[in-house]
Amino acid sequence: MTEGAVGAAGTASGAPDRRGGRFDAIVVGAGHNGLVAAAYLARAGLDVVVLERAATIGGATRSEEVFPGFRFSVFSYLVSLLRPEVIHELDLVRHGLFLVPTASTLNPLPGGDCLFREADPQRTYHHIARHSRRDAEALPEYKLEMRRMGHLMFRLQRAAPDELAAAIGDHVGEGAESLQIDVAAEVADIARYFLDLPAARLRTFVQMLTMSSADFLGQWFECDVLKAALSSSSIIGSMLSPRTPGSAYVLLHHYMGEVDGVYREWGFQKGGTGAVAATIASAACSYGAEIHTDCPVARVLTRDGRATGVALANGDELATDVVVSSAAPQISLGGLLDPEDIPGEAGAALVDRATRWQSRGCAGKVNLALDGPPRFECMPEPGPHLAGGITIAPGLDYVDRAYDDAKYGGFSKRPFIDTIIPSVLDPDMAPPGKHVLSCFVQYAPYELAEGAWDDQRREAFGDAVVRTLSEYAPGIEDQVLHRQVLVPPDIEAIAGIPGGNIFHGELRLSQLFLLRPDPAAAAFRTPVPGYYLCGSSTQFGGGISGGPARLAALRVLDDLRRSETAGSGRGAEIP
Amino acid sequence: MARRAPQGTQAIQRALSLYRSFTAEQPEHRLTDLAAAHGLHPSTAHRLLGVLEAEELVGRNPDTQGYLWLPESGFSGGERPLRRNGLRPLEPFRTPFHRRTEALCESDAWRDWSGYTCPLSYEPLPHHEYWAVRNTAALIDVSPLFKYEIVGPHAERLLDRVMTRDFTKSRVGRVMYTSWCNEDGHLLQDGNAQRLERERFLVSAAEPCLRWFEDCGLGMDVEVRDVSSALGVLALQGPRARAIAGAAIQGVDFAAMRYFDVAAGELGDLAGENRGVPVKVTRTGYTGDLGYECWVAAEHAEDLWDALTAAGAAHGLRPAGLLALDMVRVEAGLVLIDVDYVSASHAEIEVLKVTPAEAGLGFTVKLDKQADFVGRRALELERERGSAWALVGLEVDWFELERLWAEIDLRPQVVGEPASREATPVFAPGGLQVGQCTTRFFSPLLKKYIGLATVHADVAALGTALEFEVAVGYGRRRARARVVKRPFFNPARKTAVGSALGGDG
Repeated sequence: MTEGAVGAAGTASGAPDRRGGRFDAIVVGAGHNGLVAAAYLARAGLDVVVLERAATIGGATRSEEVFPGFRFSVFSYLVSLLRPEVIHELDLVRHGLFLVPTASTLNPLPGGDCLFREADPQRTYHHIARHSRRDAEALPEYKLEMRRMGHLMFRLQRAAPDELAAAIGDHVGEGAESLQIDVAAEVADIARYFLDLPAARLRTFVQMLTMSSADFLGQWFECDVLKAALSSSSIIGSMLSPRTPGSAYVLLHHYMGEVDGVYREWGFQKGGTGAVAATIASAACSYGAEIHTDCPVARVLTRDGRATGVALANGDELATDVVVSSAAPQISLGGLLDPEDIPGEAGAALVDRATRWQSRGCAGKVNLALDGPPRFECMPEPGPHLAGGITIAPGLDYVDRAYDDAKYGGFSKRPFIDTIIPSVLDPDMAPPGKHVLSCFVQYAPYELAEGAWDDQRREAFGDAVVRTLSEYAPGIEDQVLHRQVLVPPDIEAIAGIPGGNIFHGELRLSQLFLLRPDPAAAAFRTPVPGYYLCGSSTQFGGGISGGPARLAALRVLDDLRRSETAGSGRGAEIP
Repeated sequence: MARRAPQGTQAIQRALSLYRSFTAEQPEHRLTDLAAAHGLHPSTAHRLLGVLEAEELVGRNPDTQGYLWLPESGFSGGERPLRRNGLRPLEPFRTPFHRRTEALCESDAWRDWSGYTCPLSYEPLPHHEYWAVRNTAALIDVSPLFKYEIVGPHAERLLDRVMTRDFTKSRVGRVMYTSWCNEDGHLLQDGNAQRLERERFLVSAAEPCLRWFEDCGLGMDVEVRDVSSALGVLALQGPRARAIAGAAIQGVDFAAMRYFDVAAGELGDLAGENRGVPVKVTRTGYTGDLGYECWVAAEHAEDLWDALTAAGAAHGLRPAGLLALDMVRVEAGLVLIDVDYVSASHAEIEVLKVTPAEAGLGFTVKLDKQADFVGRRALELERERGSAWALVGLEVDWFELERLWAEIDLRPQVVGEPASREATPVFAPGGLQVGQCTTRFFSPLLKKYIGLATVHADVAALGTALEFEVAVGYGRRRARARVVKRPFFNPARKTAVGSALGGDG
């Protein structure tokens, strides 16, 4: 039903063919970020085309009926980071955004025990108190502090980051004097905000940038199972153990998500996450953007150091003054650019850095079609817990050992598994009475020590996942009707993310903020004027956020306005 | 020697023997004494006494923690036991679905609705129930509605006299949503009238109206029968409602059924075995979604509940309480008596009274009808002179909420609150009060703060900028709102006929 929008007016297969192939702006990639950028640019009145390499839009935000009657959200599976600005400015609700809350988290434990956290904090208190009364009391305090941290990140994100960059240093080549008054005021406001923060809050912030999540959580909690449960968000998509320094930042990254102003809420998009992409595509098309699938871009064309268009893989050339790439830096700065396009030696150095970008994937996805609802030993009857997240992370040692397997080039024999049951949240995902179980699994390294991923190794990995699940949900192996096993090379091949890293690059301090994806390509600009970045590998990127793409589009529009003011370009209306 | 009892009855024997230990002479026992006297392990005795306590056969002495006999308790043929203070609680009024709703009401949170106890929400928080209405399907016990059969040769004439709609145009098999007024044209109630036969209607209303109908029908050949407690009513609402109803109820062509149709069917279980319980189905509801209301004789109420829940299990059906219903009905833009308007029958002062048009129900007033219906002259005058008030939908957008809460450096704190029924003032921008907002809440579906308000007619045009008061922290702030079209949410599936249910899902 919701997928109808995928084929919305404005989407076509193959290369565009019109007006000598000239557009106001060309967006490379039709993942959620590419689509968001296109929507903003089209909304401002630009003539925009999105060029997608694959046959379908969505990138890593895709849902497919892989087996008859069973719909899988193939890769990404929940929504929290999607920026409210994007939702409301693009009117996504009208275009089909429908987020059902997943309000609880169940962590099954060995021996039929469990740790259950519900939406109701009072009831959660009692669940945690079975394990530790001190931790049950600490949890609300921890959540409060994390909400404050989420808000701090919100304030950082809200300020357009290039202006922030200008205030902090001169990374973007424009001095603070070019800032407009209101922007300067906003930067000053942010600076004041940070200066006024209580020392304890700044300390927490710095801790989150540097500590391991296990140590960070250890400041509040004594109970291993709770620490393991809360540390789940610190390793998602990252080649990190909860005991690796830096993992606390990944935790923070997941706490800056919100649903309707409530930090740390998660929602399931009806129809699967592919419907999020369809929703944004529908918005983009409603503003007049065109989307072309099966249309790979070979390189960005330049003249006199400026972007002038793109060359397609089929040899066609399309002219434009603005190219926005949502691809990862290995592609955007590596493949699509010629080092010669950048004056001096900076080009070669930039391309060199882009190829060494840390983005090796470590997560697999196992999607199961089940004959009935899974029966977890700890809560065997079907109940509200099936509508929430269910995570296999019974202890810090357990997760650390799973990481150890991957550290030496193997997949985890007893992996960390983050599951949801989409069919409980949305019965359209499976035939009546049947279910789909989405398993996000770590660790599955991009490269195996024993050789390349092949079908046999994929199936062995799938077996490890089902076997692990059956320790907590006995009999689940007999409920499995179909199975889809995806590992990082599959993410790379299908979603076009080099290395198959779900965030387009590890979320670590060396790859964050103004270093993301490169000091010379911070704040959405590249050294090539007219060529911009808008994907997950840019500032604040990662997750179904749309935030970077929005800021990148605003960056583009602001540059166009400036160049118009300077009398050298075409005007564009700023939304 | 007594015959050896069949297995499983031992616990009953032990419990009875424990209970017999309590006498008028020795009404209190210690657990350890009882266990020893009956040769039971203390934990067994504790478990058995716990059951007796839960059944209010014994109690606990708060001072000694000993077990106390509650005289006149138990074995009393279902009579309510005395509380320890010697007072007998009054018998609560319960809907015919109560045993089912009570068993599922995990929250133990109940609200009085027309004297009946109804679940506020089944889970501690209502959000799953709210989403079920929009995403899967929800089952809501709406039996507390007052229900009247209007029977006889003058049934149509009576309704045409009472109601503002034109009942000469009502047809058998259709439901008419209508208002009714007093002689001054002031709104008494709104409700549905099903035309079951040529000379038989079923009117459902939020408040009692037998006397009013009878008085209006003086001299007519018509009988008004109160069948309120004889019928149980379940609202089955949500995108999966049709699939569920079709699996549980036979003899109704659900795909062909139009919005506001009424049809007769009977329960048939999933195996197709016809259980033969007659059920009336109306394609109506208070949610603004695809849905049905199912009307069944009270003695078969539990059969209906069981059939629908069995059929709904594979479709994500959930029982939903009044909090969820109150949220979705605001999205549907539907007014609620005594919340969004005051019935003229109990408005103590004149200014509280409104006409149907002023309550947003102007579309139910048919001045072109022949009959001299109650309130006609006043309503004609209103049409000439214009209404003083108008009921409007108000919408506050997300960025306005962000702006208000940014003043105290918070993100908008609007999610998760049930619909507020506390009236707050509505203002002209920066100016004086022009009305009141009677219901409002943040719709997680629409991601907007929405409200129903009664405002001066001259500020009721679509797009008009208004302000209404919201609590931001401890402060009161004026949120910039806009008059928007009602319903706020109106999916195609609500009225779609045929196999395709339309989009909006």
